[in-house]
Parts: sequence; structure tokens; C-alpha cells
Amino acid sequence: MDAELVRQRARARARHSWRNTAVSALGPLTALVGLVWALVQPYRVTLLDPDKHTFWYLAIQPPLLVILVGVVFHFWVVPGLIADLEEVEEGKA
Amino acid sequence: MEPPAEVVHWMFGVGFVFLGLCLLAEAIVGAEVWRRRRWRAYLWPGIAFLMGIFMWPVMVFYTSSAIHMLAHSAWAQVMMLVGAAQLGLVRGKLHNQLWELTLPLALVVSGLAFLIHEQNPWFFSRSAFLHHALGWTLLAGSVVCLGRAAQPRSPVFNAGFAVMIVAVAALLFCDRNVAPIFGHLSPLAGAR
Repeated sequence: MDAELVRQRARARARHSWRNTAVSALGPLTALVGLVWALVQPYRVTLLDPDKHTFWYLAIQPPLLVILVGVVFHFWVVPGLIADLEEVEEGKA
Repeated sequence: MEPPAEVVHWMFGVGFVFLGLCLLAEAIVGAEVWRRRRWRAYLWPGIAFLMGIFMWPVMVFYTSSAIHMLAHSAWAQVMMLVGAAQLGLVRGKLHNQLWELTLPLALVVSGLAFLIHEQNPWFFSRSAFLHHALGWTLLAGSVVCLGRAAQPRSPVFNAGFAVMIVAVAALLFCDRNVAPIFGHLSPLAGAR
């Protein structure tokens, strides 16, 4: 009986809901957008040519900052959110 | 050592991207799950309030005319109002759900401030185009937010609001001090 319960829980964990997948994808997709942006407009990445730019243009580089936002969101906000989401979904199952 | 105006717009763009991601995640998982951890419930209202605070130095140091200054102070005030009202609601200090209406109100005020203080036509320069685009985006967003206030659990309205915030971020990232828009740049726009 216990083994069956354990197997059911394992199956539930393995079967990620669409919400789980969508939330997990937000950060990587954002970082991907930043990466594509950096490739399309490389002049926005001023670190590639640091001598030509002043401090603020070196400090604030939108494509890199968008990548950073995606990374921060993914590693700071998403893990706890996924844990809470799974808890709620398992509770409902 | 002040950052150029376009750089300030990009910094606010970063804030709006993060805000948009939080709202999108909340729309996906639902408010019940999103608010299970107290700090997460405070996250987007706190960011909105903080951006309102940061708008004040922008008003002081970057405005070249009275109408420009008034527009920036209006944005600062409504961002702080929305942030504070939402913080009060999630903390439980405010109970009346009519406080949710501060959000559409803020968007209407912000949108009108964009449209009124931009006195040049759409294709005068990129900056003028973005002011018009931001103004109309925010006004359209206020309708979505009215729907959100009426139906707080609606994923459509919640996702619509989040997408609108991401669109604002994209428009802010497009800003340049002086640049053409679709090949148009007025000789009066200050280009050298």
C-alpha cells in the first residue's frame, strides 16, 4: 500500500503540469531573448569595444541586463514557486 | 557623472522586465500559489513602489520644461500609489477591493501624461514615437486592468496586464536621446 502511494507520488512529480513547465521556461526564454538581441545588435554590447564608451554605457547594456534578469528570476524566484506549485497540485490530486 | 537620459530609460526597462516576469508567473500559477510565501507577495508591489521613488531624482535632474517635470512627477506619484495600495492589500492592512482601482487609475494618468507632455507628432523622432506608443499602450492597459479589478482571478486579464508591462519595457529599451523612427527624423529634433 505504502509502496503504491510512493509510486503514485513519483509519477505525479514526473508528470509536470503545464503551469510548472511555463513558469520554468520564463527565465530561460527571457535570457534567450537577451542573447538573440545581443547577436542582432552587437553594438549594444559595449564590453566588446570598451575603449569607445563612457562608464554608464559600459555599466548599462540592455541585452546583458535582460539576460541577467532572466537568470535572477530563474534562480531566485522560480525554485520556491515550483515547490509551492507542486505542493498545491499534489494536495489537489 | 549623471547617466544619459537614454540609459535611465533602459534602467527603468530592466525594472519593468522583472516586474513583467513576476506578473506573468503570478498569472500562470494563480495568486493563491504566488502568495504562499510572504516575500513573493510583496515583490511586484515593492518593485513598483521602488521605481516610483527612483522616478523622483529623474524628475529633478532630467526635466527641461515644466510640463516634462509634471509628467515625471505624475509617474512617480502613481507608481508609489499603486505600489503602496498593493502592499496594503497583500499585507491585509487595506480590505476594500476598490483599492485595486488605483492600478487602472495609475495607467490612465501615466498614459495621459505621456500623450500630453509629448508635443511633437509621431514621426518627429524616435523619442516622440515612443512617447505616443507608450501613452496609448498604457491607456489600453488601463482597460485590461479594469477587467482585472472586476475579475481578479481571470488569467486572461492577469496575463494581459503582465504582457502590457513587458511591452512597456520593450518600448523603454528602444529609447535613444536622438534617433530616427522608421527613417523619419525632424531637423528640429536636435540631430547634429
